[in-house]
Amino acid sequence: MTRSFDILMVGIGGQGIILASNILGEACLIEGRSVRGAETHGMAQRGGSVEGHIRIDGKFGPLIAPGTAHLMIAFDMLEALRYAHFLAPDGHMVANSHIVIPTSVFMQGAAIPDKDAVRERLEGWSLCLVDADALAAEAGSPLSQNVVMIGAASWFMPFAPSSLLTAVERLVPKKTVAINRNAFELGRVAGEKCKEGSRKA
Amino acid sequence: MTTQYLLGNEAIARGCLASPVHFVTGYPGTPSSEVIDILRSLPERDFYVEWSVNEKVALENALAAAWCGLRALCTMKHVGLNVAADPLMTSAYTGVTGGLVIMSADDPFAHSSQNEQDSRCYALFSRLPCLDPSTIQEAHDMVRDAFALSEEFSLPVIFRPTTRICHSKGDTVTEDRSHVIRKGEFHRNPQQYVVIPAHTRVLHRKLNQKQPLVKRTLVEKGYNHAVVRGPVAIVASGIAASYVQEVLPDGVSFMKIGAYPIDEEWLSAFVRQHEMVLVVEELHPVVEEAVRQVAGCVAVNGKKNGMVPYEGELSTVAVAKIMQACGIAPSRVFSEPSPAGDVPSRPPILCAGCMHRPVFYAMRKVFKDGIFPSDIGCYTLGLQLGAVDTTICMGASITVASGIAQSGEDRDVVATIGDSTFLHTGIPGLLNAVYNGAKMILVILDNRVTAMTGHQPNPSSGMTACGTPVPPVSLEAICRACGVSYVETVDPYDLVSLLSVLKEARERPGVKVIIARQPCVITARRSGMRRGRYQVDPETCTACGLCVKFGCPAIEKAGEKAFINDLCSGCGVCVQICPAGAIGREVKR
Repeated sequence: MTRSFDILMVGIGGQGIILASNILGEACLIEGRSVRGAETHGMAQRGGSVEGHIRIDGKFGPLIAPGTAHLMIAFDMLEALRYAHFLAPDGHMVANSHIVIPTSVFMQGAAIPDKDAVRERLEGWSLCLVDADALAAEAGSPLSQNVVMIGAASWFMPFAPSSLLTAVERLVPKKTVAINRNAFELGRVAGEKCKEGSRKA
Repeated sequence: MTTQYLLGNEAIARGCLASPVHFVTGYPGTPSSEVIDILRSLPERDFYVEWSVNEKVALENALAAAWCGLRALCTMKHVGLNVAADPLMTSAYTGVTGGLVIMSADDPFAHSSQNEQDSRCYALFSRLPCLDPSTIQEAHDMVRDAFALSEEFSLPVIFRPTTRICHSKGDTVTEDRSHVIRKGEFHRNPQQYVVIPAHTRVLHRKLNQKQPLVKRTLVEKGYNHAVVRGPVAIVASGIAASYVQEVLPDGVSFMKIGAYPIDEEWLSAFVRQHEMVLVVEELHPVVEEAVRQVAGCVAVNGKKNGMVPYEGELSTVAVAKIMQACGIAPSRVFSEPSPAGDVPSRPPILCAGCMHRPVFYAMRKVFKDGIFPSDIGCYTLGLQLGAVDTTICMGASITVASGIAQSGEDRDVVATIGDSTFLHTGIPGLLNAVYNGAKMILVILDNRVTAMTGHQPNPSSGMTACGTPVPPVSLEAICRACGVSYVETVDPYDLVSLLSVLKEARERPGVKVIIARQPCVITARRSGMRRGRYQVDPETCTACGLCVKFGCPAIEKAGEKAFINDLCSGCGVCVQICPAGAIGREVKR
């Protein structure tokens, strides 16, 4: 029995994980593959920590076991750290190089997590940091961050890039197809540097 | 037939359309809400669909439609079935003519719920058939066929997906929509529809007589099936069956239960071919109890001997561990890496500009030692702001408040409830509090929508489920009709007025109602409302931290001083909180 290729996406409610998950699911359909997924819905999304599981060629349950994900796509570095234990020892992590500080940290006057310290703690994983905020702005809309991340991570996914791009074009709002095509390509270029260069952060 | 990557609830909606369904009712509740949200947003509809005010109302409407010969669907979350339990129990006696499917979505691990109850227990209790899908494809196929099954047995059918079905996704083959229209017609039959004692005794016997046929049919249709492969067997149901299949080794027998009641003879024949049976299911040991009844001297492992947890949800990892503990080697074992410690938590939080936040802020200011019963909705997040002391079930803020007040407690009791929850089951509690002379304050957090579950309209929204404009109900008139003499409506963004009305209410006798009204910020933004943002003048800011403690996600700290980020929706409440006058309208450069 062939095992599924498991991708965990993590981030903050409102960052577009559900659309990103749908894009990967659509790419599976384009390539005629089975797929299972699960994601956080409902009130937990209100600015909370959210996760999306996608199991390419999956045939059973939708949940990825800790320590087994082949790829993690993190929309926030703090969330990358929170879920890092889901990654297999030889898995890859593609993370947005930004941190949104949880409001509760400010309210409680707790220590504000330091970006460099978080990056240090992620060392040891194969880490590709992408400035998705800047690339999304360059593509034409800050909302295209999720597609930038898919582009960057596409090097580590078992899909033909054309399947992913077709899936993006099918699922994003019609008016934003050009922006998202840009976002995908910009992400892909950023990800390629990771693939070629030093994989360790 | 098409293959799509579908959310479980979308697959369920497609299954209903393939049946087809003619009449749809329900009350929103995670994880069930998307089914009606999808059906009500279709551009072409040849069926009736409503968001009902509560689950009892929803089920009674759907039952009536099924009595008129229509195929009816009624959706709710598991705790909604408690509200609908009264009609449920007797609908099993009256039966139906058209197919009635009651979707009650369970939530193992209580991802978004107040408990982990099991709807299958209601199926046993009411003696109604229950379908329990283990995959999204099965959910689509089961619900599509459930209407015909209901008609075959003349019984309502309970359809019980769980969170990991409703909110998972998978490649799903959906059947095309059917457009067979029926027109409802009620045929008078008091022996069936008027449950006076003389009739109901007969109906009860008929219900019991149907059971053997139901059990046999569910096996014949393949919902319950098994394969014998060795001396040890695993019996599983629902999503847990998918987890078992992922790690099921060769040589271990497997039985899948997808429907109840279970045929005991068939179950017994399978169990007795084995030396040991492990039962894997989430929530209540429904299958396990059936297995234990027929097991004789076959060893049974499950919840009742501590091998499977009663609480929470299962997973492939959990199932593999259970198998190992029972001496079955799973086809795959998992390491247990521990999460990185010391990562600040990121709980869900009220939105920037949410109208609930200033209300909680003002309540805490005016009632420093107040008691704050609350209810089910986004505003339950007021817990983080110290303004939610109790939450038990829909509508219970008001009744818990009156109960505390009547217990001799001297402190002020100030309850909060949302508009939808008030209309759901809050009104009788208010009527009761006034009638019995409680001393309390009720704040209705009226954001004109059922926000938490995905912004479904309700009678205060001014439109129906399908967007037809209707006059919004007057909460003020309802409260006055309940006998409340002090009913004040206030804009929660106007902190001065909010504080003064709370102080005034504190001095009045009896039950006082304050209606705090502002549209939900999410619906306001979607409808195009833009208020303009605010900013902090760093020169004036004294770094006192009061605005930061307010807890708005738009307010951060940049160094010691406050900073307003681009989540700001322009409610302007922080301007009124800042003692230094450092917050003002954003100046575009």
